[in-house]
Amino acid sequence: MLREKMARIGGLVRKEVRQMFRDPRMSRMMFISPIMQLMIFGYAVSTDVRHTPLYVVDHDHTQVSRQLVEALTAGGYFKVVGRSDRAKDMADALDHGSTTVGIQIPPHYARELRDPDGARVQILVDGTNSNVATVALGYAEQIVRTHALTSLDRRFEPPVDLRERAWFNPALVSRNYNVPGVVGTIMLMMSLLLTSLAVVRERELGTLEQLMVSPLTPGELIAGKTIPFGLVAMFDMVVITAVALLWFRIPFLGQGPILLLAALLFLMSALGLGLLISTVSHTQQEAFLSTFLLMLPLMMLSGFMFPVTSMSPLFQWLTLLNPLRHYLEIVRAVFLKGSGFDALWHQFAALAAMGIGLLAFAASRFHKTVQ
Amino acid sequence: MAAISRIRLLAVARKEVVQLRRDRRSLILAFLLPVFMLVMFGYAISWDVRDIKMVVVDQDRTVKSRDLVAAFAASGYFEIVDHLPAARNVLPLFDRGTVKLALVIPPGFSRDLGNGISPGAPVQALVDGTDANTATIVLGYTRATVQSWSQRVVLQGRTLTPPITAESRVWYNEELLSRNMIVPGLVATIMMIISALLTSLTIAREWERGTMEQLAATPVSRLEVVLGKLIPYIGIGSIDVAITCLLGVFMFHVPLRGDILLLAVLSFLFLVGAFALGIWISAVVKSQLLATQMAMLVSYLPAFLLSGFMFSIDAMPTPLRILSHLVPARYFLVVTRGIFLKGVGLDVLLWPALSMVLFAVIGLTLAVRAFRKELD
Repeated sequence: MLREKMARIGGLVRKEVRQMFRDPRMSRMMFISPIMQLMIFGYAVSTDVRHTPLYVVDHDHTQVSRQLVEALTAGGYFKVVGRSDRAKDMADALDHGSTTVGIQIPPHYARELRDPDGARVQILVDGTNSNVATVALGYAEQIVRTHALTSLDRRFEPPVDLRERAWFNPALVSRNYNVPGVVGTIMLMMSLLLTSLAVVRERELGTLEQLMVSPLTPGELIAGKTIPFGLVAMFDMVVITAVALLWFRIPFLGQGPILLLAALLFLMSALGLGLLISTVSHTQQEAFLSTFLLMLPLMMLSGFMFPVTSMSPLFQWLTLLNPLRHYLEIVRAVFLKGSGFDALWHQFAALAAMGIGLLAFAASRFHKTVQ
Repeated sequence: MAAISRIRLLAVARKEVVQLRRDRRSLILAFLLPVFMLVMFGYAISWDVRDIKMVVVDQDRTVKSRDLVAAFAASGYFEIVDHLPAARNVLPLFDRGTVKLALVIPPGFSRDLGNGISPGAPVQALVDGTDANTATIVLGYTRATVQSWSQRVVLQGRTLTPPITAESRVWYNEELLSRNMIVPGLVATIMMIISALLTSLTIAREWERGTMEQLAATPVSRLEVVLGKLIPYIGIGSIDVAITCLLGVFMFHVPLRGDILLLAVLSFLFLVGAFALGIWISAVVKSQLLATQMAMLVSYLPAFLLSGFMFSIDAMPTPLRILSHLVPARYFLVVTRGIFLKGVGLDVLLWPALSMVLFAVIGLTLAVRAFRKELD
């Protein structure tokens, strides 16, 4: 009995896989889409603030003022894009967006540093990109202050020696955070799209009825329709993890089996959602649009790009219903912190509950729409 | 090519409107997406780091150390959730991700503070670095808080004026709200998404349903078909731009400092280019499903990621920086942010404006050339 059941599911899976690879676009989507997203999130989506354009108006023209500019560019945080003697030029550069930060060093800067009143340096920041502006302003003020202190003869020591240490990501590379996150979004995307398209395609072609008159039970039909795409998603997970480790050299401190278990639990939710989409779509086009409409909030409210802690309380609460949020927390913690079950059991429990719930709900709806 | 007939042009447009009205899901997408994105970015998500959860490990337990902790509590950036006896108790909290920062004040802190020995009294700031972006900002606030506190302590003891005053001023977005950065950028990205998803269907649909033959049998020219199909989409696009701008200004209080007319004209040019690009994709691939996927890849993803909408182009590696010059949304973003936040005019926005014109011309040419009425 069980063997027959397995044989029927296996047959459907084989048919599905064969159908999948007959379409050359399919295999392209399987490989290229994850690799492309990885490249984008590995390289483009960097929230590190580096090479910020800096416009210099140096009225002082002394060695000390030149050293100040050098100090600003030395760390790689700023790069000088223009110099002038007139403050107007700096304002124009900010207006044009050709620079983000402007610094104006007053005449007699070097001398005034030794005055009892001290010197005044003006820093202008373009706030249109608030994220960059906040960080760049912090860097600029810090560098200016440190330079002023060290350029003085009197040995000034700050009374407090602040020793900073970033745990889990000592160099504060945003890539280490972003790249593991891609695993979750790709797996979700693949499961949603492939499952819903496969079911809807059968409906469009009218072959769903043929499957209905076959000895397959609805449960077997669902298993046969989801297992192949679950395998594709798992395959993508392995590819992404391999590229993350070997190409981007993302540190991996945790244990593989934990990651694998989390992926399996997450897949149940993702495949369940894919089945749900197939029950509300009549054409492949509709299924594609629905997938897109569902992906958008799932991604935005997952902490993938926007930290959950920065959301308003209501939406923070909403993210708890998002399987992607829990999965990403597990993935990132396993990669960067090496966390185990003791720290992550909340997320595992949530994923398991949501996976079973979504899959059961989708199966019951699917059952109805088929009949 | 024959002159454009108004009757034929409007007939194509009317046909497209009728067809579009039947496509319920696309229409929902067209009008709900801008509202949804605005609400998301306006209310739900932001990059503003506030109320950073922190713990304090105060092993000094003196007036000075308590004063430093009080400075953190009063800064407005931090929320002290707990006091711990030792630094090793911090790790489990970091593991669970409940706390972002730990301030460790070692024993002897206030003694070292007074003795003037280099390098000052040590204080340790431990930060959860997994989210590098948040961590950088957290460290920045920590530095600022410690620095202003230590300056105050120094001033109490000796009469020492800080040798330098950095007069920092933030222009255009004085309060550094990420909302002000996002909303003008949304106008550009939403338009790219909608154009990609809507127009990419239009010609592919004709091929799939076999109505292309009927269209071929009519006397309409290629240019008339492309322009006629564009009209309803431009209409939808203009409404979307208006919705986004109105909600942005009145609900989210994003300043609109520049010329509305200029914004309208440049938005129109951008829309023509974006929709024409969609029609081009649709005409080239001839399958609705493939067209939507292509459109997502060619226009939506670059508009989101390579336009400078959220991620600074200056920080990208050189190949991507060069690539970003090919993304039309990049220029439109300069326009919307320039007009909204900076209040600049055409003199400053001349180059992006010319890029918009170029984009529209290229888009239209591609669309008309790729669209063939001849049947294979």
